[in-house]
Amino acid sequence: MTIRFNDETFRDDYSFRNSAEAIRRFPFPFDKDDYMYSVNMEPHGTGGRAGSVFEKRFDVDEHYVAEMRDRAITLAGDPLRCQSLPHMELAGWDLLELIMQCKAEDYPELFQLHRDGDRWHWINRPLGIEQRFTFLDPTTLPCGPLEYITRQAQGDFAVLDQREGNLWMDAGMVTSQADWSLDFDIGMNFFEWHAPVPKAAEMGIFQRALKFLLAVQQGAPSRRLNWTMTVNPRLDTSPENYHLWGPEKRTITPENVGAKQYLRVELQSFWRLPRSNALAFPIRCYLIALEDLVTVPKWARRLHRVIRDLPDELADYKGFAVNRQIIIDYLAQFDDGKPTSPGIFADD
Amino acid sequence: MTSLMLRVAAAESLTPLVKRFRFEHPQGAALPLFSGGAHVVVEMPDGEVLRRNAYSLISDPQDGSGYEIAVRREDGGRGGSRFMHGRVQPGDQLRISLPLNLFALDLRARKHVLIAGGIGITPFVAQVRQLLRMQLPFELHYAARSRAEAAGLKLLPDVPQIHVHISDEGDHLDLGGILSGQPLGTHVYTCGPEGLITAVAEAGARLGWPKTVLHSEVFQAPPPGRPFAVVLARSGRTIEVGAHQSLLEALEAAGVEIDWSCRGGACGRCETQVLSCHGRIEHHDHWLSEDDRSSQSRIMPCVSRFRGETLIIDR
Ligand code: FES
Repeated sequence: MTIRFNDETFRDDYSFRNSAEAIRRFPFPFDKDDYMYSVNMEPHGTGGRAGSVFEKRFDVDEHYVAEMRDRAITLAGDPLRCQSLPHMELAGWDLLELIMQCKAEDYPELFQLHRDGDRWHWINRPLGIEQRFTFLDPTTLPCGPLEYITRQAQGDFAVLDQREGNLWMDAGMVTSQADWSLDFDIGMNFFEWHAPVPKAAEMGIFQRALKFLLAVQQGAPSRRLNWTMTVNPRLDTSPENYHLWGPEKRTITPENVGAKQYLRVELQSFWRLPRSNALAFPIRCYLIALEDLVTVPKWARRLHRVIRDLPDELADYKGFAVNRQIIIDYLAQFDDGKPTSPGIFADD
Repeated sequence: MTSLMLRVAAAESLTPLVKRFRFEHPQGAALPLFSGGAHVVVEMPDGEVLRRNAYSLISDPQDGSGYEIAVRREDGGRGGSRFMHGRVQPGDQLRISLPLNLFALDLRARKHVLIAGGIGITPFVAQVRQLLRMQLPFELHYAARSRAEAAGLKLLPDVPQIHVHISDEGDHLDLGGILSGQPLGTHVYTCGPEGLITAVAEAGARLGWPKTVLHSEVFQAPPPGRPFAVVLARSGRTIEVGAHQSLLEALEAAGVEIDWSCRGGACGRCETQVLSCHGRIEHHDHWLSEDDRSSQSRIMPCVSRFRGETLIIDR
């Protein structure tokens, strides 16, 4: 398998594009025509559906190189997007090992890892990186292990310390987030950083989700999909930069909604780390313009029904209430009322 | 529960009552690493019964060449340790779960104080290796009745941070002395009999230590009790739980799919909803909240039992 990496941007001129292949493998998040906030976990790992974003443990796609370039720009402007409290260094090494090992095994033509005891040799062909270093010796890397590896892995990464029957957001790399801030959440526990979600708290969903996560075992990662809407293909929709992307919500018109309005899907996964007992929480972001999404008839019908029937407070919470009617009107053209098949995948 | 079929590479008596077992991958593959304090669950096919016991890993957490455990023979126990001592030989293959840690070091601590009573030394053997490798400040206090019974003596390195207290030699643990004078930000970890854990908690409270820096792991096997019956709401079946059986084991024997991990009331995996309860649930877990417990709305089948007329659970 060869991947052609796009030369594209996620800011300014927004030249980001999905190829036909990227559209086909997009992780559409709705398995039914109505949406309920839930924490439906399923097993993640090798052996996911061939060709889908679930096939490999850390999916690498045509946006890889451009996303890493965008991360570097964001970090240059705001180094606090990557933080690690002192006790989390071991977890950083665990994560580095996990990602290097998975990438080298799953994409041998792109990544290689040679280990000779603690002396490691890492080759990342798409980014043109070759690094010899000593595992667990931070002086042999240009930066800390967490920052080093997450500058080479798509998606945000929260690394959660587990103690006192809770999870603590004590380290992370966060540059492509849906309106949350690592600098604000750092050191918070599971309930504190989830505090603003509406409704779900009453349902006891969080208590159950936390219990599930505390028991995630090594070798048995889990995943779920989450979603929101973003105007323009922008990765960095952080609260810090709201002044840059917030006003863009006002640029949506019935004429441009198909091209400028994006469905934003997060593939969240959960991994127990071996040496530190921390929990790695990668949050991988996938973007698709509505005009590309509607090329799959099942998704067009279903997205229309979901957005139309969504409770107002969820549209508010997800930040697209202002454009909701324009989105519904646009999608309505592609919904002939026919039934949709179960599950998230496109019909063949 | 993810598990691996491993080969018994060695079995060796450490004391008359404690045996060490080493497991390796039959093809020599590396095993997943772990953190100090982690345990595995060993499956023992004992005739008709499939026994499962949790044991702390005592090997080096950074060494994936094998897993080691130390098993104390409990002659009055439910049979798992007798099986390990009497039946398991090098070359045998046993199914071992991947490591899970419910007793991890808090790496924010300025200093770690580890207090072990008897066979409660096992989780600390791996933690000491981790602490030494990470060059973190710690001290370990290990209390045992006699040198002959102190299996830990053969498992611990000879370093000045380790203090052994043999009561037959008149050396008793002085908890007040150990805890007073520790630097602010010290965390304390206790493993051993319930009485030791309570004593450390009391000493800590007397000295004004916050509860969140006192960690403990009780080594708990499912307590026996009177036999009882349970109704399974999903199938309408009634199953019997024997005196020396746990509800979890009875469910498994009846072919009911149920998630578990620690089998000692600590991980939460087996939590089960109670739909109707006329009688008293004997809660033995360390997991449920006081509300769940007193309302009798949940039960942890791996350790808890029931006395009374009817218990209907959501299984
Ligand atoms: S299996 Fe861990 S609490 Fe029951």
